[in-house]
Amino acid sequence: MANSKTVVFKIKRQATPGTKSHWEEFELPWHSGMNVISSLMEIAANPVTREGKATTPITYDSNCLEEVCGSCAMLINGRARMACSALVDKLEQPIRLEPFSKFPVVRDLAVDRNVLFENLKAVKAWVPIDGSYDLGSGPRVTMQEQEAAYPLSRCISCCCCMEVCPQFNEDTGFVGAATISQVRLFNAHPTGAALKRERLAALMEDGGIQECGYAQNCVEVCPKDIPLTRSIAEVGGQVMKQAISDLFKK
Amino acid sequence: MASQPKIIVIGGGLAGLSAVIKIAEMGGKVDLFSIVPVKRSHSVCAQGGINAAKNLKGEGDSTFQHFDDTVYGGDFLANQPPVKAMCDAAPGIIDLLDRMGVPFNRTPEGLLDFRRFGGTLYNRTAFAGATTGQQLLYALDEQVRRYESEGKVTKFEHWEFLSAVLDSNRICRGVCAMDLRSMEVRTFPADAIILATGGNGAIFGRSTNSVVCTGSAQSALYQQGCYYANGEFIQVHPTCIPGEDKLRLMSESARGEGGRVWVPKMPGDKRDFKSIPQGERWYFLEEWYPKYGNLVPRDIATRAIHKVVYEYNLGIDGKPMVYLDLTHIDRKILDRKLEGILEIYEKFVGDDPRDVPMKIFPGMHYTMGGMWVDFTQATNIPGIYAAGECEYQYHGANRLGANSLVSCIFGGFVAGPMAVNYARNLKAAPSNGHFDAERKHQQENNATLMKAEGNENPFKLWRELGDLMTKNCTVIRYNKNLQETDAELCKLLERFRNINLSDRTQWANTSVVFARQLYNMLQLARVIAQGASLRDESRGAHYKPDFPERDDKNWLKTTKATFAPDADEPKFEFEPVDISLITPRPRRYDAVK
Repeated sequence: MANSKTVVFKIKRQATPGTKSHWEEFELPWHSGMNVISSLMEIAANPVTREGKATTPITYDSNCLEEVCGSCAMLINGRARMACSALVDKLEQPIRLEPFSKFPVVRDLAVDRNVLFENLKAVKAWVPIDGSYDLGSGPRVTMQEQEAAYPLSRCISCCCCMEVCPQFNEDTGFVGAATISQVRLFNAHPTGAALKRERLAALMEDGGIQECGYAQNCVEVCPKDIPLTRSIAEVGGQVMKQAISDLFKK
Repeated sequence: MASQPKIIVIGGGLAGLSAVIKIAEMGGKVDLFSIVPVKRSHSVCAQGGINAAKNLKGEGDSTFQHFDDTVYGGDFLANQPPVKAMCDAAPGIIDLLDRMGVPFNRTPEGLLDFRRFGGTLYNRTAFAGATTGQQLLYALDEQVRRYESEGKVTKFEHWEFLSAVLDSNRICRGVCAMDLRSMEVRTFPADAIILATGGNGAIFGRSTNSVVCTGSAQSALYQQGCYYANGEFIQVHPTCIPGEDKLRLMSESARGEGGRVWVPKMPGDKRDFKSIPQGERWYFLEEWYPKYGNLVPRDIATRAIHKVVYEYNLGIDGKPMVYLDLTHIDRKILDRKLEGILEIYEKFVGDDPRDVPMKIFPGMHYTMGGMWVDFTQATNIPGIYAAGECEYQYHGANRLGANSLVSCIFGGFVAGPMAVNYARNLKAAPSNGHFDAERKHQQENNATLMKAEGNENPFKLWRELGDLMTKNCTVIRYNKNLQETDAELCKLLERFRNINLSDRTQWANTSVVFARQLYNMLQLARVIAQGASLRDESRGAHYKPDFPERDDKNWLKTTKATFAPDADEPKFEFEPVDISLITPRPRRYDAVK
C-alpha cells in the first residue's frame, strides 16, 4: 500500500469478445497520487509485463477522469466502482482489475453497456416537450421539489448497480435499479408526468420492477449515492396503484 | 437536392445535441457520430453554471449588459453581432432547458435561481447544484433519445470522424469515419456536416479536459483546407488540482469563501505546512493586488502563480504547486458552502482540505480559438459547419465563466437550421468517386501506422508534446520560446514517422486510434505556437512580457491559419473584427468599467 516502492497490477485481458481471457501482471514504480486510470495510461506508454514480455496497451473506457461521465466502471479488487477515483494508495496489492462480469466484453476492461440506453428508451426517460421553439418559462418548481429531483438526476449510467444486482442476469432480463430510478425522476416532473402511465406499463412487462429481489446491493455501490432503494419502493408503489386501477377499469 | 435533408453531426456534447434537436424538428435526418456514448461527452464536466440575463433578481440586468460584459471580458477580439445574438437568445435557452427538465436550483418562489460569476456585477448564472454541465447535457441527451426512438436520429457511438469527403469542386458530401471497435473505415454521405468536437486540451498533455478533447477532428479539417482562427487564445484556469492523468478543476468559489493562496518563502522548503510560521509564508496575490487579493480575474491570478513558481522558483517542495488554504475557515462554513468541491479534492487526492491546504496549480482549461465560421456557423468549405468550443465565434481573447454552456447551445441551435437550409438548396455532385478515394486514403493511413517498425511510442511522444506546449504556449509567452517550440514540434513530427504501435490487432486497438490523434495534435500545435509567436501584443489570455500592452491599432484582428500542404505547415492571414456595436475601450481589472 502506501510507501511501497512499486505497485503490482493483475489485469484480466481478453483480446476479442470471442476469445478466452487470461491474466497479465504489471509492476509500476510507485509515486504519490496514482489512480487506476493513471496507471493504465502508464502501462500504455510502456506496455511490458512484470516478466518483461512485450504486450499491448490495455483497452478500457474512460473520458472525464472525475467520476461524472460514467465511462470507467470496472471490478477493482472484486468491487464494482469507477477506476478514476480508485486511488492506488487506498487499494490492497496486487490490484486486480477485471471487466464487469454481466456485460459483453469488448476487449480487456471495456464492456458493452448499451442495454441501459435501450432500457431508457423503453421507459421513455425524457420530458415530452412540445418543441424547442420559445414557449416562455417552464412551470414553477419548489426548492423542495428540486432538492428531491437533483440527486436522482445525477445518475451517470455507469451500470455499477446492475453489475452487483443478483437479479440482473440473462434469466430475468431485469432492467435494473438505474432505469427504475429514472422513471421516478420523470414521473415527478410536471410535464414528464404526461408519460407516467406508459413508463409504469413498461415496468410491468418481462424484466420489469417485479424482478427486484431487495438485495440492496445497488444503493451500496452507487458512486453518486443515489437513493436507489427508495426509488424502487416509490415506483413499486406507483406500479401497484396503476395495476389495481387497471383491474377495476377492465 | 434533398427533400429530406441528411445532416451528419460529429460530437454529441451540448453543441452537437442542440444541432441534432433542431434538425430533427425540421424534418431532417441525422447521423450522429461520437467517440463515446453521447451522455459521456466532455460537456458533462462543466460545473459553474450558464449565463442569461433574465433579470430575476431586481438588478436591472439586460441582455445588452450581458453582451457588453462578454465583449469586454473577451478584450474586444470577438465579432460583435454573433455575441449579441447569443446574449439575446440566452434567456430563451434557459427557459427551454428548464422545460426539458433540468433541475436548476430554485428560489423560494419557485423561480430559477441565479448567482454571480466572474467578469460581471450581475447575478445571471443559473446553476443545477455543482454539476450544471452534466444536467444540461442529460436534458439534451434525453430529447435526442426520444428522436432516436422515433427513427429521426441514428447514433454511431464508438465511432471517430477521420475526414470530410470533398467532391471535385471541394464541396463537402459526407464524412469518412472509423468504427473504434472493428477498426472498419467507412464513408457516410450527407448534404451537410456539423463539427461539434469540443476543445483541444489534450495538446497540452494535462488539462481540465476529458480524454477525447484532442482537437483531432478540427485539425483534420484544417489540413483539408478549413481556416482555424485565433488558435493562440487558450484559457488557463488558475486553480486546478494537479494530477498524473488530469488537472481537476477547483472552483473559484473556494477563494470566494476566503481561501488564501500562498507559498513558503524559502525555496524548496520541505517542512510540513503546520511548521511554517505565518511570517515565512508569502501570500503573494494579497501582496501584489491589495484591492482584489485572491479574487483577481482568472488570467491575472494564473499569471501571478506562474511567475511565483517558474521565475521565483518557489513552488511547494520545488514542484509546480502552490497552496490554496481553507484550513483557517470554520469547518461548519466549509461544509455548508463548499462541500461539493471539497469532496472532489478528498476523492482524488485523498486529503481533507479542512485539515490540510490544497495543492493547486493553473491548468489549461478552454479553447477560445477554433474553426473559423461566418455568422451562420458555416466554415469556408461549403457544407461544413461548426458549433461549440471547436469554433472561435463568441469568446474573443478570453472567455467569461458560465458563458461556455450558453455559447455551445446557441451555436448548435444556429448551425442545425442553417445546415438544413443549405442542404435544401444543394445541387448534386458532378461525379461520385470522392467517397471511394477518401476511404482508400484513410485506410492507407491506418495501414501505414500498423506496419510502422520504428521505436517511438505514441503515448510517450504525447507526454513530450504536452510538457512542451504547457511550458511555452500557455500563460507567459516569449517569441524565442515559441519559435523553439515550433522547431521542437517539427522534430516530434519527424519522430512520429518512426513510430511503433505495440498493438497491431484489428479489434478495439487504442494505439492506432491514439496515433492518428497524436499526428493531428502535432499539426494543430504548430498553429497555436506560430499564431502566438506572430501576435506581438498582450490581449486577454495571450500575454507577452515583451509586448505587455493591448495594441488595437495593429492587432485588433482575427488570426486565420490555413494549412499549406506543400510546405506542411500553417500559413497566416488576418481579418478585421466587427466592432460595429460597442467601441473598444481599455480592459482594467482594478476599476469599475
